[in-house]
Amino acid sequence: MSGKPVLIRDGLRIDGRKPEELRPVRIALGVLKNANGSALVEYGNTKALAAVYGPREALPKHISLPDRAVLRVRYHMAPFSTTERKSPAPSRREIELSKVIREALESVVFTSQFPRASIDVFIEILQADGGTRTTGLTAASLALADAGIPMRDLVIGVAVGKVDGVLVLDINELEDEYGEADLPVGIMPNTGEIVLLQLNGVLTSGEFKQALDMAYKGVEQIYKTAKEAMYRKYYKMFEEVR
Amino acid sequence: MSITPEKEPLLPRIQVENIVKSIKKGERIDGRGLTDYRPIEVILNPITKASGSSLVKLGGTQVIAGVKLELEEPFPDRPGEGVLQVHAEFVPLASPSFEPGPPDENAIEVARVIDRSLRESKAVKLDALAIEPGKIVWSVYTDIYLVDHQGNIIDTSMLASMLALATSRIPELIKGENGYKVDHTKYVGPLPINTLVATVTMGIYNDVIIVDPLLEEEAVIDSFITIAIDESGRICGIQKRGMKGFSRSVLDNTIEIALSKGRELVDLMKKILNNPSEYMKPLVSE
Repeated sequence: MSGKPVLIRDGLRIDGRKPEELRPVRIALGVLKNANGSALVEYGNTKALAAVYGPREALPKHISLPDRAVLRVRYHMAPFSTTERKSPAPSRREIELSKVIREALESVVFTSQFPRASIDVFIEILQADGGTRTTGLTAASLALADAGIPMRDLVIGVAVGKVDGVLVLDINELEDEYGEADLPVGIMPNTGEIVLLQLNGVLTSGEFKQALDMAYKGVEQIYKTAKEAMYRKYYKMFEEVR
Repeated sequence: MSITPEKEPLLPRIQVENIVKSIKKGERIDGRGLTDYRPIEVILNPITKASGSSLVKLGGTQVIAGVKLELEEPFPDRPGEGVLQVHAEFVPLASPSFEPGPPDENAIEVARVIDRSLRESKAVKLDALAIEPGKIVWSVYTDIYLVDHQGNIIDTSMLASMLALATSRIPELIKGENGYKVDHTKYVGPLPINTLVATVTMGIYNDVIIVDPLLEEEAVIDSFITIAIDESGRICGIQKRGMKGFSRSVLDNTIEIALSKGRELVDLMKKILNNPSEYMKPLVSE
C-alpha cells in the first residue's frame, strides 16, 4: 500500500551496511564559544549539537533543590532537520524525549556536589536520519564532560532495529520508518549500566536479548571514537599549556 | 524543557526506612509479595455516552478510560487504516501534587507509552476501520482519566484503555447528501480487536525487582521499567523511567517477570471480557 522499500538485500542494508555495522561516527568537542561545554556528534547523516551551561544559579529560584543541582534538559529538533519542515514548537515526542534523556543523565552526573544550582543541557538535532535521541544523548554526555562537570561515566546511546526480520545496529530513518522495531539504548560504557531504554515495536524475548548484545557492541565502538575525540582536544590543550 | 522534579510525596524518614527494610526482606509494606499485583476491580461501560469505557481500580489507583469514535481523514501514508489516538489527563482531583493545566511530561509519557504498545501490537484492527479508503476513516480516541493516584499509573491506564477498547462499539453511519454523519446513539457492531495487551511496571531498588509499585514505594525508588506484553507473549513496548540505571542481569530478570505477569493480566482481561455483563455495574453501588 505505502511504498515500503526492500530493506535487506543479499544480507546488506539499504545503505550498504552489514547488520552489525555502525554508520561513520564523528565527534568534535568544545565547538561553541559561549557554552561551558559542547559537543557535535554525527552518526552518519544524523547530526546532534549539545551545549551545557552551568552549574549556575537555578532560575526561577523555586525550581532549585536544597541537596542537589537540578538538571534542565531540552531535546529539540531544528525546523530544517527533517524532510518536511518541523514546527519549532515542542511536540509531545520532544517533551517525552527531553524527559528520558534527562533521566539518563541524572544517573551519571554528581548532582549532589552543586546544591541549589542548575545544570542546563540543550540538545539541538541539526539533521535527523534515525537515532536522533541516542545521538543527542551521546552529544549531551560529552558536552557535560567538556564542561568539566563531575560524572560517574559517560553515556553512549545507540539504537538497534529490526528490519525485514533482521536485527540491525544503528538504524537510519528509512529503517526506523519501515522496520518492525526500534530499540534505543543508553549505556554507561565502563559499568555497563543501562540508563535509557525504550522499545517501539515488537520483539520476542530472544530477539530482545540479541538486540541488547548488539547495542553493547555498538556502544563499545562509539565510546572508542569518543575517547579519541577527547584525547585530540584535551591533549592539544595540555601541550599548549606546557 | 525537562527539569529535575521535587520528590513527591515527601515521606518521613521512618517510613522510607520501613519501605526499604521490607523490600530487602522480600516483602511489601502492604503485605504483598515482591511480584504481586494489588487487587484489581473493573467496571465496564460506566460512561454510556462513550463508544466504550471502563473504570479500573488497581488497589487505590483509579483510572477511567473512555473511547470515542469519530470520522476523520486518514494519514496520507496509511490511506486504508483508521487512526488511533491516546491522551492522558492527570486531573487535579487525583492527587495533591497535580495542578490544572495542559498535560505535563509525565502525562504525555504515559499516553505515549500506551499509544505505542497498542499501535505496535496492532491491538486495534485499524485496517478494518476505513470507510472510504484515502478519504474517510474511523478515528479511535482513547482518553485516559486518572482520578485517584496511589501508584502505578501506567498499568492501571493500560488495563482501563484495553478494556474500554475491547468493549467499544462502532456507531451507526448515516450517508447524507453532503457526506457522512455519525449517530452516536446507535451501534452497528464491536470495535475489531486483534490482541489484548497488558503492561507490567516494575520498580528496581538495589537490584531487587518489585511489581506494581505503590505511590510511597515510587517516592523511594529511582528506577522503573514498563514492559508491554501481548496475547502471544511478544514484547511490544518498553519504557525505562527514573533517575538511576540498572544492570543487564536485572533487565533480563524484569523481562522474565513481565512475561509471566503480563500473561496473568491478559488472562484476567479475557475472563472479564468473556462475561462482560457481570462487570457492567453502576459506578455507585449500594
